[in-house]
Amino acid sequence: MPKIKYIEHNGKEHVADVPEGWSVMEGAVKNMIPGIDADCGGACACATCHVFVDDPAMAAKIPPKTDMEETMLDFAPEIAPNSRLSCQIKVTKELDGLVVRMPQSQH
Amino acid sequence: MNVAVGTQEQARNDAYSLPLEKIDPANADRFQNDTIWPYFERLRREAPIHYTADSAYGPYWSVTKWNDIMAVDTNHEVFSSADGIVLATLESIRENEKIRGPRDRNAGGFISMDPPHHGPKRKTVTPVVAPDNLARMAPQVRERAGLILDSLPIGQEFDWVDRVSKELTAMTLATLFDFPFEDRRKLTYWSDMFTNAPGHGPARSWAHKKEAADECFGAFADLWNQRVNAEPSFDMISMLAHSPATRNMDPREYQGHVVLLIIGGNDTTRNTISGSVYALNRFPEQYAKLRANNGLVTSMVSETIRWQTPLAHMRRTALRDFDLKGHKIKEGDKVVMWYVSGNRDEDVIADPNAYIIDRERPRQHLSFGFGIHRCVGNRIAELQLQIIWEEIMKRFPDIRVAGEPTRTHSSFVKGYETLPVVIPARN
Repeated sequence: MPKIKYIEHNGKEHVADVPEGWSVMEGAVKNMIPGIDADCGGACACATCHVFVDDPAMAAKIPPKTDMEETMLDFAPEIAPNSRLSCQIKVTKELDGLVVRMPQSQH
Repeated sequence: MNVAVGTQEQARNDAYSLPLEKIDPANADRFQNDTIWPYFERLRREAPIHYTADSAYGPYWSVTKWNDIMAVDTNHEVFSSADGIVLATLESIRENEKIRGPRDRNAGGFISMDPPHHGPKRKTVTPVVAPDNLARMAPQVRERAGLILDSLPIGQEFDWVDRVSKELTAMTLATLFDFPFEDRRKLTYWSDMFTNAPGHGPARSWAHKKEAADECFGAFADLWNQRVNAEPSFDMISMLAHSPATRNMDPREYQGHVVLLIIGGNDTTRNTISGSVYALNRFPEQYAKLRANNGLVTSMVSETIRWQTPLAHMRRTALRDFDLKGHKIKEGDKVVMWYVSGNRDEDVIADPNAYIIDRERPRQHLSFGFGIHRCVGNRIAELQLQIIWEEIMKRFPDIRVAGEPTRTHSSFVKGYETLPVVIPARN
């Protein structure tokens, strides 16, 4: 099962085995990892599962943002070019070892 | 209490005996006497996408289930906000046109705009409610909350809405605008004058409403002129006056933003603060749970935001013909998303009519909306609720509701005009 590492804003790390087909957001929420709120439940309709993907090689393995993801991120604070909504990242074998970092807070 | 139970039974009978097509869920009288619930329950069961052909609001569609609301809220290409986001009565549309002429599309605050107008204007004010600024504001909100609570009488009935809910939210809003602090309750008054129809709240007539609007817009025009001639500062008026996206707004568009920020920054949090006291009294076992574990304040706040749903609906207008689950919505039709009903959708929220402060997913609610118009101030709303309850728990073992609240006569602002309470003792 792919391993995903979640790093809270305070630096605390959590590693979870996340089944393929789940989203990175689900991997956090279902493992009770704090820092990802996911208010809309994965509908790409808020921006409360915002994460940063620091490794460009990993980021390249994730399908590009849809217009809706771009738009929702555009309204969130603390946005960077490597920002993603974790509900839109589907876990695959290729994403084994993915590291996502969380912002100060989810808006 | 028997009278209230009788009213609810009568409402249930009425809701289920009316022909479906005669149901007018926006009837404001039923919001005022709290008898909306069986009507929305029936619509969710029998006609989740429902058309009212004839009402004080003209014809409109009602969307009452969670997933359908989500589908409309996230489809801004079809469901436009540019013609307004409130289901207004035909009378109020007429009266407003008499005063200000016909309403232009995309001419209100950013909440009543579609892309590409919406984004840059919304982003002008977001820094004020971003995490860094909230962290800066929190100690001040806490100090004010403490002073308000310390001024309350013990063992003597008073109105919680006036003394606490309005006071704290008016102070916060004054700070966000850098509005003269001693005049802060004017913000509350103007908000009530904008949202109430004549004969309700403080509004006596359309002329009276116009008088209040003129006073409000005059005061905010003065603030704009002050800020535009000064160095940029970190308040919403200065940001609007200096940002390239908003500094050339015409006065009417500025007025639209003022109305949006006053109502959005005031009524919603105010009514949720009142709703939290009311709900914890209606569900005393939940209040006991909170007393036993202060750590539940955060989830109690989210549950109250769901249970109260301080804005009952948002309205959209179809930009083209659209098939919504087999219902032929026509270009120009008004479509109302009833957040107040979606938040009670038994297919998504377990035991939705119960107030449960430790739900597994307390943030799962529609009260902030979803999609591009999602509430911009959600975190400052939560911050104020969190802080007032942390400070309440330090001071008072109990806040006792001493009588039924009076509710707002509106199918938009779902709130309380008064809530009598007694605080029996200090800790």
